[in-house]
Amino acid sequence: MSDHGHGQAHGEPTSFLWKYVFSVDHKVIGIQYLITSFLFLLVGFSMMLLMRYQLAWPQPGADFDPENLGALRGFIAWLFGETNMPYGYMDPAFYNQLGAMHGTIMIFLGVVPLGVAAFGNFILPLQIGADDMAFPRLNMASYWVYLVGGIIMMSSFLAPGGAAQSGWTSYAPLSVVAPTGQTIWLIAMIVIITSSLLGSINFIVTTLNMRAKGMTLGRMPIFCWVQLVTAVLLLLAFPVLEAGAVLQLLDRVAGSSFYIPKDMMYGDTVFPRSGGGSPLLWQHLFWFLAHPEVYVLLLPAMGIVTEIIVTNTRKPVFGYKELVGSFLLIGALSFVVWAHHMFVSGMRTSIANLFVTTTMTISVPSVAILTCLILSLRGAQIRFNTPMLFALAFLPMFGIGGLTGLPLGFAPTDLYLHDTYYVIGHFHYVVAPGSLAALLGGTYYWFPKMFGRKMNEPLGKVHFWGTLVGLNLVFFPMFFQGMWGMNRRLADPTLHLHNMPVQGWSTVILGGAILIAVSQIPFVWNFFWSIWRGEKAGDNPWQSTTLEWACPSPPPHGNFATPPVVYRGPYEYSVPGRKADYWPQTDAT
Amino acid sequence: MNQEPGFEFWMPPAAVGFAGELDSLMVLLHVVMLAMFVIWGAYFGYSLYAYRSRPGGRAVYHVAGEKASFIPDALVLAFEVWLILGYGIPLWAKLKQETPPPTESLQIRLVAQQFAWNFQYPGADGKFGRREVSLVSAGNSIGLDESDPASKDDILSINNLHVPVGRTFTLLMTSKDVIHDFQVNAFRNKQDILPGMMTTLWFDPTVVGKYEIGCAQLCGLGHTQMVGNVFVDEPADYEAWLKGQLEMRIGTADARRDLEEARS
Repeated sequence: MSDHGHGQAHGEPTSFLWKYVFSVDHKVIGIQYLITSFLFLLVGFSMMLLMRYQLAWPQPGADFDPENLGALRGFIAWLFGETNMPYGYMDPAFYNQLGAMHGTIMIFLGVVPLGVAAFGNFILPLQIGADDMAFPRLNMASYWVYLVGGIIMMSSFLAPGGAAQSGWTSYAPLSVVAPTGQTIWLIAMIVIITSSLLGSINFIVTTLNMRAKGMTLGRMPIFCWVQLVTAVLLLLAFPVLEAGAVLQLLDRVAGSSFYIPKDMMYGDTVFPRSGGGSPLLWQHLFWFLAHPEVYVLLLPAMGIVTEIIVTNTRKPVFGYKELVGSFLLIGALSFVVWAHHMFVSGMRTSIANLFVTTTMTISVPSVAILTCLILSLRGAQIRFNTPMLFALAFLPMFGIGGLTGLPLGFAPTDLYLHDTYYVIGHFHYVVAPGSLAALLGGTYYWFPKMFGRKMNEPLGKVHFWGTLVGLNLVFFPMFFQGMWGMNRRLADPTLHLHNMPVQGWSTVILGGAILIAVSQIPFVWNFFWSIWRGEKAGDNPWQSTTLEWACPSPPPHGNFATPPVVYRGPYEYSVPGRKADYWPQTDAT
Repeated sequence: MNQEPGFEFWMPPAAVGFAGELDSLMVLLHVVMLAMFVIWGAYFGYSLYAYRSRPGGRAVYHVAGEKASFIPDALVLAFEVWLILGYGIPLWAKLKQETPPPTESLQIRLVAQQFAWNFQYPGADGKFGRREVSLVSAGNSIGLDESDPASKDDILSINNLHVPVGRTFTLLMTSKDVIHDFQVNAFRNKQDILPGMMTTLWFDPTVVGKYEIGCAQLCGLGHTQMVGNVFVDEPADYEAWLKGQLEMRIGTADARRDLEEARS
């Protein structure tokens, strides 16, 4: 329990610079993370929009006239230059750069910082009744290290030969022989990982040591549980990739050959290395992080969805202990499934059966979580506000993402589907209409706490429906393309004639992507308009029970006027015999 | 582009014997997935309607059925155990863990490179000629040692693989440079090809025709244009092709020797 006390360890700064820029307050840092990660999501999405434009019309048609490209294509050709977009058609090198950077930015600079660092920072200390994170200065360092890492990552586009272009997975040896951008990618990754490690230690210590009086582990909201599990995943998995990245950096700049086998050639000459390394080593180190990373993307979203659903069903969550148990089980199992990304990699084939089994096993707690969340609707009084729509949409979208994982995690069917667009559809359903939808819902849900005002509901619903339809138009056709056998990472799939029978879907996908882009306009407008002009929210606009709603909106420095005391579990809604349909954790009676 | 963009949504027809089991498994999995999604989605939709907020309504505090909620988990687990034991382990063993013995299968070496497929046939002696990294040049892409007796009758073919229909063949694959992946949609199996080690793939082609080879592992700037072809031929056509290739190779070797002699 907290012996930290609520006499602040650090006073409230008064100057603008120390209050809003170099702040050590978890709420300011959370909002800094929120806005920065949204900006990175916009950058990563814009790259994808350009790629989808290329994939819809990868080659000039019969009516192509180099003198008259048309307004849009002419503008694109001018904007990105002759090297990258000659005549408005994408150079494969530029396509590979955008592909690698889209994945890197979306995962490491967008979704993870949004789900873990932004919401975790802002909400976690409030929900456990703490006045700040355990290590406020470490918290500030984490944000600034992340920002520096992000800027280094983006700067790689200026390197000779352009940015990293070996996929976000950076498989060796391609990545070792790639242009300078890859070196910058590795340095940026090491910086970003360092930021995550600083954050994860802080989250673990805060959750375990800073809880208010009466806030036992069993009374913690689900969101706090998932942040705890996520922080442990980051702490245990990321160092492995950091080590792997250092080895790759040495291969590139110091002449070592951790990932370079003997007699490897480059063009018609032998690559000047002693050899003896293994390309498979990189894949093992990479996926040992990158599979737990999937759950780092997913678990915070599931926590947010739980909070929103419980509040808006006006009843306790179904199976609190089952949920917590499932999250812990997923966290543990996520460390023993990594090689299901490597069924065709060339690793010893007999080991695949083990990873098929663990992969199938990890689906069970995921099913349990979905079951609990949908059974939470039974006997409810569902309020369909914007955050609730996003949270509800998460359930079937994650359902599609999870179900399509079945033929991929099952080795015999993965032989056909591996590295096709089916994979792309699968993991995007988990991360985009899944996690990202939940994170948008979380933004609407906690916005009143962050800024003291609510976001506009009608604009929110336009945003929701446009985004949902757009995401499905983009990702569902990918299952069809993958089923036919169209491979990922092709700058021009039509160079393989066998892709033509599914090429038509690429125009549908472009349409969906444009719909997503247009649908974010009301969101951005709504966000900034509501900060200053939105309807005043009050402390507890959703009539919720958890601790973040027991302090003012926005919470002052130090959060709670008096140290909160917790008397009961997190989700006491519609308790029989009580007049109000919610019973806050802090109410003594 | 000699073909209009289309809107297919399932697998193209298979052209190998082992595809039957895999394809029906793919159908089975998707039927189960669809059934789960429909049942689950129907209940979800019903809940959204039945439990919508009503003026003056009050939610139910306690809903029974904690134990019953484990039923879906148990069903999924049971299905997956059945899937692993019934299909996963045996199919995987057949396709990936066991390679047909050389006596029953045509052996072909594949050396992948940025951005081409080099096929090497062992010829009548059944032995592959030695490869040597230092011999690689523009005219000798796999570095074949011409002085090795085993290489005399070897046949080399770039980007075009010819195999006879109805006979199993095994690809012994390695890469000169980065990781590639041999993928033919109609053949239903794929495998990464790595530098410094050998991986294998086997097929039992059943349908005569021309099939495109794609590279399924990002291998650099030319990845998107790394195309090849598999020609599944009638046995007679295959023999004729082999003979033609051998004559061409001997012809080229003779010409080169004549040239060298003339120079010296």
